[in-house]
Amino acid sequence: MNLECKHVWEHISSYLDKQLDAELLAAVEKHLESCEVCSAILDSTRNILVLTADDRTYELPLGYSVRLHARLEAAMRSLSG
Amino acid sequence: MIARVLAGERELYHELIRPYERLVYVTIFAILKNETEAEDGAQEAMISAFRNLKSFRGEAKFSTWLVTIAMNEARKRLRRAKTAAENSLNEPLEESEGDFTPAVLTDWREIPLEALERKELKEKLREAVALLPEKYREVFVLRDIEELNQEETASALGINTTLVKVRLHRARMMLQKLLVPYLRGQGPFHGQGKPARGGFFRRWFQ
Repeated sequence: MNLECKHVWEHISSYLDKQLDAELLAAVEKHLESCEVCSAILDSTRNILVLTADDRTYELPLGYSVRLHARLEAAMRSLSG
Repeated sequence: MIARVLAGERELYHELIRPYERLVYVTIFAILKNETEAEDGAQEAMISAFRNLKSFRGEAKFSTWLVTIAMNEARKRLRRAKTAAENSLNEPLEESEGDFTPAVLTDWREIPLEALERKELKEKLREAVALLPEKYREVFVLRDIEELNQEETASALGINTTLVKVRLHRARMMLQKLLVPYLRGQGPFHGQGKPARGGFFRRWFQ
């Protein structure tokens, strides 16, 4: 199976999630070996996901936990009457 | 522990939710991109979860159940804050339409490690996520930020797993397109090059 670039793009997300079946996976990998454009798109998408999963990208505000539990306590007290 | 909270040991609820504090806050923040709103929303979501704890049946994981509550809280706040102009961004999109091509790179291979460390880049990512149309953003937040699996995401959003997959792919391709020019030093987010939000998405979906 020979894939064109635009077809490879459709499978980038499934490729990263390891959801391609064996035949399609082989075809995508074959294309990636010889296509710098698609390889770069794959790398950039993967790196964005690495950045997304980094805990430092989304940080908790200082004191968040303390304020959360204080409000929770007040709410629970008033709910229990 | 849930049974004990329901039986009256309400102070245990603090311990029950402690492992999920981050999950709830980040879910709401990634949707709203406003710290104050997200913190208030996270508090409301946790109170709402306490109030509705008896309706938790244990069919889903507790974390997925909490995320569903957090997502509903975020949606409620988003609806409140949304302008008519922003609403129009979401309307014309259908699952079967739209050109979701990534940005094609010719002179760039990989984000250098030091670039990934830059605070500025993290801020650009948060901005880009906030720019995604709501239905794509929701799936991206649950799958790639919260790292829920496909089934958990589908359950939290009340959609099927095929739709989760389609929306996730499109969200990732949109982010790739939004972020790559910035990574190559051509900053689409500031200065002369900043596209109007409506304009950008109109171009994207043509």
